[in-house]
Amino acid sequence: MATTATAPTTNAWGGGKSPFNVEYGKVMMWYFLMSDAFTFGAFLISYGTIRFSTNGWPDPNEVFKSFPFAPEGMHAPLVFVSIMTFILIISSVTMVLAVQAGKNMDKSGVVKNLIWTIIGGIAFLSCQAWEWNHLLHEGAWWGSNPFLNHDGTASSTNFTNYFFTITGFHGFHVFSGVIINIIMLIMTLADKFEQRGHYLMIEKAGLYWHFVDLVWVFVFTCFYLI
Amino acid sequence: MEHTIEHGEHAGGGTKEIVRVTVILTVLTIIELLLGFWMIGIPLESTGLRLAIKGVIVILMLAKAFYIVAYFMHLKHELKNLIMTIVVPLALFVWFIIAFLYDGNSFKNLRNTYDPYYKEQSMKKVEKKEEAKPAAHGEQHDVQEAKH
Repeated sequence: MATTATAPTTNAWGGGKSPFNVEYGKVMMWYFLMSDAFTFGAFLISYGTIRFSTNGWPDPNEVFKSFPFAPEGMHAPLVFVSIMTFILIISSVTMVLAVQAGKNMDKSGVVKNLIWTIIGGIAFLSCQAWEWNHLLHEGAWWGSNPFLNHDGTASSTNFTNYFFTITGFHGFHVFSGVIINIIMLIMTLADKFEQRGHYLMIEKAGLYWHFVDLVWVFVFTCFYLI
Repeated sequence: MEHTIEHGEHAGGGTKEIVRVTVILTVLTIIELLLGFWMIGIPLESTGLRLAIKGVIVILMLAKAFYIVAYFMHLKHELKNLIMTIVVPLALFVWFIIAFLYDGNSFKNLRNTYDPYYKEQSMKKVEKKEEAKPAAHGEQHDVQEAKH
């Protein structure tokens, strides 16, 4: 076999090389996120199918027009949800900075940016809690839709069912992301990663957190914009 | 044997790149929101224009998704093997979206053609807002308030 020794050098899978050049946990996190992307994709495509098969649909600018502490009749479509979107984008940025600091073995940088990320996550969850509560008081919930279609015809409960299911599923992801980030913060403060000699765990938590932001990009567009 | 994983090896542009991507994401989001605000004022009847704006919003959404995955999730700086392992399966979505949305639309057309009762019910305006013309935002708003 020694005569074929020239062949493997061109092939990443020929052995003697790490074909992905990332550690096991990170590959598995990517695989998990891919499966999660299919879950969210199935939800959103199902929503799209129902929306395409229905004659009328509520106008998001009428449904999501409220703002906390605003006077009763105020008409502010898109304002509140854009604040939620920016909160999530900024928390994603602080997460990248935390990962970056981890690569440079900068413990205080990791701690600082993780705390900002956690604050962003909690702020987003608070916004969503307020919005759900407000919609509930307007009479919207699973199986109950007080809104009319854009053209003034009666609307089905599909709208609220999909809205609460999908934003709820996303909100649960944000919640678990915050928990994961808090665990990362505790581990960092306990010098766990300093002892290991690397902050790769922060990168995996970061992947999950960015995925949550990524899903929101789709949810935000599908429910609030179009 | 290069079994050791050299982190920091496949590094991107560092902080400068993060700032650049943040700016891009912010700008794309603002454009999306501006399009969204513009669409509020466009009547339901101009279906073509509304669809065109929605198409642009979807393209911007995909651009945002690309920047998040490529730079924040660092996928662009990984080895091609890993990129392909993640991205190729997701190409299934292209088919899912076309097939399911087409099917939904077809179901709507079939029902509107063969189920006159469904069509009549779905075209009937709700009583309370008889005067409110579609797309008259102020009035629609008042009626909804009155409902509660």
